[in-house]
Amino acid sequence: MKNESLSISNPDKNKIDFIEKVAIGLITVGLLILALSFLNIKLNAVIFLPLSLSSILLGTIVYSRRIYLKKLPGIKNDAVWFRSLSSRGLIAWSIGITLTGFYVLIYWFPRILGLGVNGNSNTGLAALFDPLSYFFEGKPASQWFVYGTLYTLCITSLGYKFILKYRHNRYQIIRTIVVMLSQLFFAYLIPEILEGLNSDKAYFAKDIKNMWPLNYYFFDSWHIDNMRNGGTMGMIYLVWGIALFLIVTPIVTYFVGKRWYCSWVCGCGGLAETAGDSFRQLSSKKVSAWKFERYMIHGVLLFAVLMTSAVLYNYFTNTTTIFGLDTYTWIRQPYGFLIGAAFSGVIGVGFYPMLGSRVWCRFGCPLAAYMGIFQRFKSRFRITTNGGQCISCGNCSNSCEMGIDVRAYAQKGENIVRASCVGCGICSAVCPRGVLKLENGDEKNRINSNPISIGNNSAKLNM
Amino acid sequence: MTTINRLLRECKSSASKHVVIIGNGISGITCARNVRKNSTACITVISSETDHHFSRTALMYIYIGHMRFQDTKPYEDSFWVKNKIDILNRFVSKVNTDEKMLTFSNGESLTYDVLVIATGSKSNKFGWPGQDLHGVQGLYSYQDLQLMEQNTKDVNHAVVVGGGLIGVEMAEMLKSRNIGVSFLVREQHFWDAVLPMEEAVLIERHILEHNINLRLGTELKEIISDERGKVKSIITSKGESIKCEFVGLTVGVSPNILFLKDSGINTDRGVVVNEFFETNIEDVFAIGDCAQFEKSINGRRQLEQVWYTGKMHGETLAHSISGVKTAYNPGHWFNSAKFFDIEYQTYGNVPTNYSEQLASFYWEHPTKKICLRIAYNKQTNILIGVNAFGIRLRHQIIDKWLSEERTIDYVIENLAGANFDPEFFIKYENDIADSYKFRKQKSILSN
Ligand SMILES: Cc1cc2nc3c(=O)[nH]c(=O)nc-3n(C[C@H](O)[C@H](O)[C@H](O)COP(=O)(O)OP(=O)(O)OC[C@H]3O[C@@H](n4cnc5c(N)ncnc54)[C@H](O)[C@@H]3O)c2cc1C
Ligand code: SF4
Ligand code: SF4
Repeated sequence: MKNESLSISNPDKNKIDFIEKVAIGLITVGLLILALSFLNIKLNAVIFLPLSLSSILLGTIVYSRRIYLKKLPGIKNDAVWFRSLSSRGLIAWSIGITLTGFYVLIYWFPRILGLGVNGNSNTGLAALFDPLSYFFEGKPASQWFVYGTLYTLCITSLGYKFILKYRHNRYQIIRTIVVMLSQLFFAYLIPEILEGLNSDKAYFAKDIKNMWPLNYYFFDSWHIDNMRNGGTMGMIYLVWGIALFLIVTPIVTYFVGKRWYCSWVCGCGGLAETAGDSFRQLSSKKVSAWKFERYMIHGVLLFAVLMTSAVLYNYFTNTTTIFGLDTYTWIRQPYGFLIGAAFSGVIGVGFYPMLGSRVWCRFGCPLAAYMGIFQRFKSRFRITTNGGQCISCGNCSNSCEMGIDVRAYAQKGENIVRASCVGCGICSAVCPRGVLKLENGDEKNRINSNPISIGNNSAKLNM
Repeated sequence: MTTINRLLRECKSSASKHVVIIGNGISGITCARNVRKNSTACITVISSETDHHFSRTALMYIYIGHMRFQDTKPYEDSFWVKNKIDILNRFVSKVNTDEKMLTFSNGESLTYDVLVIATGSKSNKFGWPGQDLHGVQGLYSYQDLQLMEQNTKDVNHAVVVGGGLIGVEMAEMLKSRNIGVSFLVREQHFWDAVLPMEEAVLIERHILEHNINLRLGTELKEIISDERGKVKSIITSKGESIKCEFVGLTVGVSPNILFLKDSGINTDRGVVVNEFFETNIEDVFAIGDCAQFEKSINGRRQLEQVWYTGKMHGETLAHSISGVKTAYNPGHWFNSAKFFDIEYQTYGNVPTNYSEQLASFYWEHPTKKICLRIAYNKQTNILIGVNAFGIRLRHQIIDKWLSEERTIDYVIENLAGANFDPEFFIKYENDIADSYKFRKQKSILSN
């Protein structure tokens, strides 16, 4: 049997109307400005940067309103497996290659993005972002500033689209508003403003929610020193950073599951939930993928813990080596290259259109692994299965970005308690029979198993 | 793929009995899995539809593009190998119960020790003129879905005949491809054999909102062909003609048992069985859509063509086959469906008409498409059933209340505990309780 979608009756009969065309035009203009700058065509940044960003934002808003508000509220997944974008078609590949390329440039070839080195001023794309960077930090844009701005734009504009798509579901609306605000303020505006106010002090990470081990350099000597020398604010960040992963995270995860972080505040999660929504169905649901996932993600966690132990050892003993090996060359650099850049960035986002939106969160994030251990063994969170109502249709598994085969549990009447579940709630939203509910409750009966369908009293008599 | 020779060799040589199941739908597969859990029997599952079990209830989602066919398979293909359940893609054309042998349409044959008939249903056709034209079809099997892809290519307008659950699904499918739909429903109100009037009207409003041309109280009279043998229009019982290039016939299903005609196995509408799923012939059983109980069990219908029932049949019969003879003892009825965007759940018995003894309390949201009906016994006030539209309810809790024979007052008071809507959803229990109290005071509760 062929594994293709069966569709031959034209699935794209929906015509694009005039307003939609205008909106797409706006988005194209915005992207074109970015592309032209990248190609080093000189544009007046003070005019063209706001023009680019606002036309992308506005275009997305108009387009989303147009496509979703003319339909009744409800699940809007029609044709996801027919469209090129969401089913690994040509558009998907083009976007994937572009994104991957962009990440490669940011991490390893920022000069191609126009970053001025050795005192030269910015050119190209970086120069386009200079006015905004001067506004916040009083200095030219770095590639990370360009990246952070575009990242935030993606989450806010596509977050708006997501809210309209799920406007019948208050869990989704509230969660998405929180994840958008969290990116906009905690990850972008507040750190940029603080950076500007403290431009005389050395850099340290100022996104209060980006904790170790996701932020893997938190305990590096230079970072600890910069925080210690960063005045009161630096000390606050140091203490908070440790408390956050050591105390706050276990406690909150106990009460509500790791979703509070992964799908409510995290930046990686925020992008996956909004920009990545078109790709959630692409994650592999195979048992073999699950097995691979467990090795990978716990392997990365172990790597992060070992690396941090080494750098802390260095810090307190004032050394730079461990067991005779240079910590930077042998541990920090490989981690930064393999995990920090290649995995979380290039593969994690660049491969969205191929592997789904949560590749990093599922296979690589050491913080997700850490919280997953609590979620699996000591938490009140579970997805409750509604008795015998499951019809094994598979919508839940299909929509699970973490590749959890939700149906495998639901059809047995079992609750879903999985380390990897990020609590996005989409499985529950798309279930046509109202079978799934994310909830926090008594640890007793959290993992139930009903070998016999509720509603069938036959076998209970005997077994 | 399993070959007959290998099967015969292995199953003959093994000491355990050979359980052969015809049909890899939910009932056959549930039976096979549960027999495997509890015994070492040699198990073969035969189907001519697809190699592997898939979820029939998900057919519509393949067409509307939520999923691909492989996403509707509840188990990975390797599952069957790992669990030593042999699968065989053959059509059984004859059953010889004397020799305990099946004959396939390709001439091969296979012997069994225990035979389970789980062959499901087929779509009804009522002998309308033109019902076999090109572009006219039912929707039951994977092949029907493939045909529907062919038949709806370049179609502008379609007619769906029959206002049941599959009819609504078909209308939604066609709509997803921007095909106009006229929906003929014989009854005066949508699905009014099952839904009380208020619920039916609510769904009708919603169907109309989706720009479906809903024709209540209208039957199909004739399907008209163009010069190439393809449908070009239909004529309704009211004499109207509707131009269309596709006609979906969704006027119910009946057991798929034609191949048993000369087998000596006792059939009526379905294969006749007792509470142990035993047919008139030893070692031959029937479950799922195709099984018909000789008499009603626990007040349930003799033929129950739904997913959950097939699952329960499969579970129960598996115990008997594995050596623990078990009678079928279904609990409280439940079912669910989705009408475009409105989810529906039902528990227990919610009559469409209310007599001297039975009454119901109905609440509907003033603007949204959300409603709840609680049916109860007028004398005792005991709960007998619940219909919920747009509100999810906890199966376990309602099932418990039905068993514990709770009163309607108790149900209203504790309704919040039965709510299963996602977190942060607006809750209506207070509105419902207020409305209930108000009507109770004015004693205008009934119906
Ligand atoms: C579109 C659609 C939507 C539905 N939605 C719902 C729903 O939401 N909820 C619900 O409760 N129910 C629903 N149903 C009904 C439900 O799917 C059936 O009740 C259930 O699938 C019956 O299962 P079964 O195992 O008895 O038979 P089937 O699933 O029909 O399986 C029987 C299998 O046996 C094969 N077979 C038959 N004869 C032979 C032969 N001679 N040789 C070889 N193979 C043979 C058939 O090809 C078929 O594969 C729906 C049905 C359809 C068609
Ligand atoms: S979406 Fe709902 S009904 Fe479908 S398989 Fe998942 S839990 Fe079951
Ligand atoms: S199981 Fe459900 S809530 Fe958890 S990650 Fe998957 S889709 Fe999201």
